[in-house]
Parts: sequence; structure tokens; C-alpha cells
Amino acid sequence: MNTLKILKYFLIIITGNFLISCSKDDNPIIENELNGLKLVTTLSNTTHKVELYTLNGKLQTGFNNIFFQIKNTDGTTIDNATASWIPEMNMMSMKHSCPYSPISKAKNSTSTYTGFVVFQMAGSESEYWDLSLNYSINGKDYTVKDRISVVEANRRVVESFQGSDGKRYILAMVEPTAPKVAINDMKAVLYRMDGMMNFPVVDDYKIVIDPRMPGMANHSSPNNTDLVQGTDKMYQGKLSLTMTGYWKINLQLFDAIGTVIKGEKVTETNEGSSIYFELEF
Amino acid sequence: MVLWSGVGFSQTDTTRRQDSLRSEQLQEVIVISQRNLKDNTTKPLATLDHYLEKSGMVNMIRRGSYAWEPYLNGMATERSVITIDGMRIYAACTDKMDPITSYVEVTNLARATIHNGSTSSTGGSTIAGTLDLVRKKGSFGQSALNGMAFTGFETNNKQKIVGGSLNYSNPKFFSDVDFTIRDAGNYRAGGGQEIQYSQFTKYNISAQAGYKIQEHQQIEASLIYDKAVDVGYPALPMDVSLAKALIGSVSYTRHHISPLIYQWQTKVYYNDVTHVMDDTKRPNVPIRMDMPGWSKTAGFYSMLQGTSNRHDWKANLSGHYNKSLAEMTMFSNTPNEKDMFMLTWPGVQTYYGDLFIEDKYALSDRWNAAFSAGLAVHHNNIDNQFGLQSLRIFYPEMPGSKIRLLKRLSASVRHDATNWSYTFGAAYGERAPSVSEGYGFYLFNSFDRFDYIGNPDMRNEKSTSVNASLAYQKAAFTAKISGSYFHIDDYILGRPKNGLSVMTIGAYGVKVYEQLNYAAILNTSIDLGYQVTKEFLWTGQLGYRRGTGENGLLLPLMQPLTYNSAVTFSRKSFFADASINGSSSHKRYNPEFGEKGLPSYAIFNLSLANRFKFNGAQALTLKTGVENLFDRNYTTFADWNRIPRIGRNFFINLIWNF
Repeated sequence: MNTLKILKYFLIIITGNFLISCSKDDNPIIENELNGLKLVTTLSNTTHKVELYTLNGKLQTGFNNIFFQIKNTDGTTIDNATASWIPEMNMMSMKHSCPYSPISKAKNSTSTYTGFVVFQMAGSESEYWDLSLNYSINGKDYTVKDRISVVEANRRVVESFQGSDGKRYILAMVEPTAPKVAINDMKAVLYRMDGMMNFPVVDDYKIVIDPRMPGMANHSSPNNTDLVQGTDKMYQGKLSLTMTGYWKINLQLFDAIGTVIKGEKVTETNEGSSIYFELEF
Repeated sequence: MVLWSGVGFSQTDTTRRQDSLRSEQLQEVIVISQRNLKDNTTKPLATLDHYLEKSGMVNMIRRGSYAWEPYLNGMATERSVITIDGMRIYAACTDKMDPITSYVEVTNLARATIHNGSTSSTGGSTIAGTLDLVRKKGSFGQSALNGMAFTGFETNNKQKIVGGSLNYSNPKFFSDVDFTIRDAGNYRAGGGQEIQYSQFTKYNISAQAGYKIQEHQQIEASLIYDKAVDVGYPALPMDVSLAKALIGSVSYTRHHISPLIYQWQTKVYYNDVTHVMDDTKRPNVPIRMDMPGWSKTAGFYSMLQGTSNRHDWKANLSGHYNKSLAEMTMFSNTPNEKDMFMLTWPGVQTYYGDLFIEDKYALSDRWNAAFSAGLAVHHNNIDNQFGLQSLRIFYPEMPGSKIRLLKRLSASVRHDATNWSYTFGAAYGERAPSVSEGYGFYLFNSFDRFDYIGNPDMRNEKSTSVNASLAYQKAAFTAKISGSYFHIDDYILGRPKNGLSVMTIGAYGVKVYEQLNYAAILNTSIDLGYQVTKEFLWTGQLGYRRGTGENGLLLPLMQPLTYNSAVTFSRKSFFADASINGSSSHKRYNPEFGEKGLPSYAIFNLSLANRFKFNGAQALTLKTGVENLFDRNYTTFADWNRIPRIGRNFFINLIWNF
């Protein structure tokens, strides 16, 4: 009787362990790779489905970190593709693109690809964005192109403007994505618009920041560091936020020789700059 | 003022010495509540603040009718150690709206004992001195039940006071319970001007019990629950919806352990303070905000007291842990915008351990000396990551914790001659910065209208002080001159810092705590008494303080020349007094701290009292009087934002003992 019982429990434990280890092995990579991401949309052609993901499941004005997976019709993922993309705005009278990065494999993943796109405006019914994705698998080229919905971000996170040098610029905030009452790392990207489809990175400029709380008589914070270009070509600095709530980060853009390209200093009489980012947390 | 004998051990603490002359002059004792309220206090049901204000060593800084801040020797509460029966309590308000003294009632207390500098500083390391509020408590004795019921009314602010106490004793057990309720409306300043937001309501209940385990061994437990609601602070931009404290302790005492050790007492205690500042009653504010604060303290002390031959010594080991947290939430005027939240006290933990020894030595019949030394370990730790990151905006490299060693030392001599007696003492003490001074985050001071930022890198503040007193008594005449001088190195003070943006809407700027190389404070007082006839007694007091920092900086809230003169008449159970108190004009003020000059003033007061005896021990005491008889509109150096004091006020106190 006793031996039977022991045997029974022994078996239960063994099978239990086996089941647990089995379920662990089930598609582990895919789940981990897309952990924390939300599906935005699926672009399809006859051979593949391309699933686009972002952190919040939306594409919005400003800087968007986009992840995607290319899947065969049977749902298996492709892990040896090379890809490039072109976002395009279809306006009533013309077409233009926006700043975007090349595509690479996402960190620590086998089948997820990533890159970023900076949308300088939102789409609408009549004027919309589409995304062309060109990819090749084992030497064979494919294309998928479809409309994507780009919504206006809740707060201003991108500025598109003409500088004092007559050129057009696009400046977008990358970080902080989760601001804290602390000294936050701040990151931004700066591009020049050379024609409708060409957006080169602008080097060696400086972005002066002045965070303010308009609801608190324009309270500001100490120990901010202006943004200068880092090794990854992005502009990096430090942003102090002394409390939660709504912050307006007033910006001034200077070129390599210190000429003001855009933006005004905040003073007693000037409440804010003409270019700024917003944060609310 | 009545001075108590502090020398030697007396089993009965009611042996009150009438002559203030021969008592130990290094300590000052304010009698708050005798068990039978037989004393000659003009207004026995006055708040504790009024009792403390009578001491020459204390100034009460007033932000409204309620919770005045006791300044010892001209110094703010950070520089003194205030305890209740030896228990450490940390206030929970970032704006000093709840000093420890606001969480007790006169019915809870027997007396307040004040020491200069680090003399007799059993409570902990200090700069200015120590103030211990001593609980009133029963004693073992013949089986008896007695009690007291009282009520009072004050016309000016319609203050209603109701309370009572019950005391039971038998040879092995005693217990006391008491409660007090006060409810006051707005007061009117002299001339009739109503001072908005000066109302308050306070409930206090306390209980105490003692049990004699065997001869010379007893345990005691004590509990105080104090709750104030709807407290207005007319001098401040915010009021208090709730200030609540639970203060509890258990102690074990053993007497006559050996011929050399007469008492060993060990106490463990815990207190929990909640303070909620809000501005919901104020119609016009730039922005709505809530500022709640919490402070929890747990501690112990274990004290040995002994005597041998000419020595009377004491050794005290104590320790406590506190956590102070305060937050601020501002509600945006723009709809749908997120609340603005910050930690104004970033969850600061204080661990404190202390060893203190004291020896009083009788050199001869006329010469006495006393020495004391203490060593404390003080450890601050910021427990809250949100708070630590907030402070690192100002101090990116700051560590999350800091350990300090605090030393103190004192020595004094006393000489008693036939008519003369004098004392001389010297003391050295150190303190750590307070929670606000070290770690405060945008604390608004409504007097100088600056936001204050703490500074975690400061050194210990160090005080070297001397004090002396000279007393004379002959026949019906008594006189006492006393003074103390504090030289404080690394004096902690908020100074304006350019380039920082204010947080509080309408603030003038931001101050960051820094350290002056030194500051010096002089305190002087004269007490006079003359028994004119058997019935008539005249008493007079004069006080003056002077505080100066490096480069001639005038320290704020320093008492100008103030005086008090009273004639009392007593015959049998009847008592009457007429008094005048006033001050010279206030000229040594500093606008950097929001101060303004003030004219001189004089206030007249009258009171009458009678005690009616009934069969047995029953008695009814009736006290009535008028304060500020001529309804003078006046303001003193101790009034925050120069709000005027209360105008003419009639009061009546009724106390029934049974």
C-alpha cells in the first residue's frame, strides 16, 4: 500500500515536471522577442505577412521605434531577411517622406527587425502615410506596401520648422520615454530636409533645453545639460524634472558655429520658445 | 515661575520649594499641572503654549492660535531636543505647524523641565538645550478614587474647554485617565479685526497605569492620543485638516538595587504622527494643494541612577528610529492635466544611538559641581528611491546615507552663600542637520517667501556655550540675573541661491541651507520678587536676546527687551492679580527673513480666583479674568508674518475636584 502511494506521488511529480518543461519549450523565442510590444498593423502580400509592432501599439507623430516580423503564410517567421523601407506621405498636391533609419535585427532576437521613423505630421482620410518595405530572402526580392495610420501624439514631441539659415529641419524627442522626478537622460534626433525624399542627419549642432511648468508660473529646474551629438549620431543631454505633471521643454537650436537656427530664450517677458517639446507624467 | 529642586532624589515629587533661590539654577521648571490645580496660575486651562511662554528661556513663535513653536534660548526646534517623558518624537509637518508640544495637553503633564545647552541632556545631542515634558502620573497608595472635571470659556474666540480626569490608586496599582476638548473660533485682534483662519478644535485623551510587581519594582504603561482638526494658520497660506498623534510607552523601574544604585528605569516607546495640510478653506490660492506628512518613531532608553557619598550620578543608554515622509500634490488649474506630485521629505530614516553620563558632586556644603558627557551615533538614510532621485537633481553625487558622530560635554559649579548663590556652566554640543535642513525639497517659508532646499553635505553644527546666574535673597526680596552665551560654529541657515527657479507660485526666490562660519546668541533675563505684605506679592521679569551671525548678519526672531510685572493678592482661598507685559520697539530685525520693525507695546491683564471647599476633599475653583484689557492691537517679534495678537479676552475657568 505504502509503496504504491510513494510510486503514485513519484509519478505525479515526474509527469508534472515533464509537462512544465514541455510548455516552457513551446515557441519561447517569439514570445520573448515581442515581449512588451503591441501589434500596430499587418502588411501583407501574396507570400508574406509583415507584423508591425511598437511599444504602445500606435504609430504617432514624432520618433517611433518600430519592430516587425516577416511571416510565411503558414505563420513561421523568417530570420534571414535583409530589408529597407520608405515611409511616404500622400498629400493632395505632393508626396514627401520623413526621417527614418536603416533596418537591422533587433537586439537579442532572431526574427525581429527594427528601425525608427520620425513622422513630422499625422495622417488623415485624405492625406495619408504609406510604408513600403522591400526585403530579400535567400537572394529573392519582395515588396509589401500599405497604408499606415499615423496619429497625432498627445503631446508635442516633434518640431518641423524653417531655420534662420533658410533650411528646413525636423527635430524629434527620443527620450525620456518614461520620465521620472529625477535627472533624466534626454535624447533627440535632428534632420535637415533636403528635398522631398532626402533627410540627412545634422551634425555638430547644439540643442539648448529649458524645461518649464507653465501651470506653475513657469517654474524651471536646475542641472539640465544641453543636448550635443553622441556617438550614435543622436543628440544627448540631461533633463531635470522636479515634480510630476505637465512640462514644456523649451528648445533653442544652434549650429556648429553658435548661430541661433531657431528658438528663443525664455525670459521674464518671453514665456516660451517657438519650438518646444511637451511631457506629462 | 516656580523653580524646582533638582538635586538629590526625592521619593515624593510634590515637595515644592517655595524659595526659588536655593534650587538648582541650571534647570528651569515650569509647573504645568499639579494634581489638584491648587497653584496660583492665572488661567489654569490655558494651552500648554501659554505655560511655556512664561519661561524666560522659551519664546513661542506663533503662526496662529494653535501649535506655537518653542524656541529655546532664541533657537528654533532643530536646535533643541524636546521630549515627552524622555521619549523622542519627530514632528510630521514640513512647515513647523506641529511642534511636539502641540500633541499633548496640560492635563497630560506635570511640568516642563528645561536645561541650557548640553547640560543634563539625557534626551540627546543638542545645541540650544533640552525641554522635557514630564507626564503627570499617579502613585501607589491607599485605595482611593478621585478626579477632576473642568470647563472653561473664552469670549474673544469663543473657545470652549471641557475635560476631566480620574485617578485610582491602591497599594499595588494606579491608573489615571484624562481627556480635554477645546474648540475655538476665529479670534479678534485689538480693535475688533477678525483674524480669519485662526480657529481650531483639539481632542486629547490619555491613560496611564502602573503596577507594582513587588517592593521596589514596577511597570508602567502610558498612552496619549491627540487629534486636532480644522486648525487655521492665519500667518500661513495653508491650514491643517488633521494633526494626529499616538504616543505610547511601557516602562520598567526598579528601585534600591544596591546601596549605590537607587533606580534603574527602562522604557520602550513608539509614536506615530500624521499631519495633513490643506488649503480647501482658502478662497483664493494660486494653485490647490495637499501636503500630508507622516512621522513614526520607535525608541528606548535605559537609565541607571545612583548615589554615593557626595556623588549623584546617572548613566543613560538610549536609541531611536524615525522615519519622516512628506509629500505635496498640486492640482493643476488646467482641466485634465495631471497632478503635480513631489516628495518634500524624501522618506528619511534616522537611526540614533546615545550614551550619556552625568555626575553631580557636592564639593562642600556650599559648593556643588556637575559634569556630563554624551556620545551619539546618528545615521540618516533615504529610503525612498523617488525621493533620493529628486534630491539628486540638486546633488547628483549625493550618497543615500550618512553617519555622524555627535559629542557633547558640560560642566558647571554652583555656590550657595547665605543670601547669594551663583552658578557658572560651560557646555559643548553638536547636532546633525534636521530632516528639512538636510533633505527638504522645495519647502516654502511664508515669512521670507522663499522655497528652501535641503543640503545633505553639511557638517555638524557645533555649539560652545557658557551660562551663569546670580541670585540674591534677603527677607522678602528675591532677585536673579541669568544669562547664557552660545557661540555656534557651522551655523545652519538658508541663504538665497541665484539661478534657481522658485517652485511656489509667488515665492521671491530659492534658499539652500548652508553654514555660516559662526553665529552667536546672547540670552539674558532678570527675575525679581518682593513680598510687600503677607498678602501682596510683586514679581517682575525682564528678558532680552541678541543673535548675530558672521559678517554682522542679524539672526531672525530674536526677542527684544520684554518685560512682565505683576502684583498678586492672596488671602486664604481668594486670589487676584494685575499684570502688565510689554516690549520695547523691535529694531534689530532682518528683512532677509521677512521681518519688519515693530513699535513697543504694553498689555494689561486682570484676574480673580476663589476656591470653594465642600465636604471632604471636594472643591470648586473659579478663575476669571480679562487679558489685553484695553483691547490693544499689537504684534510681537514672535508673530509669524506679523499677524496681530488676540484682543480683549474675558475668560472663565471652573475646576471641580472630587
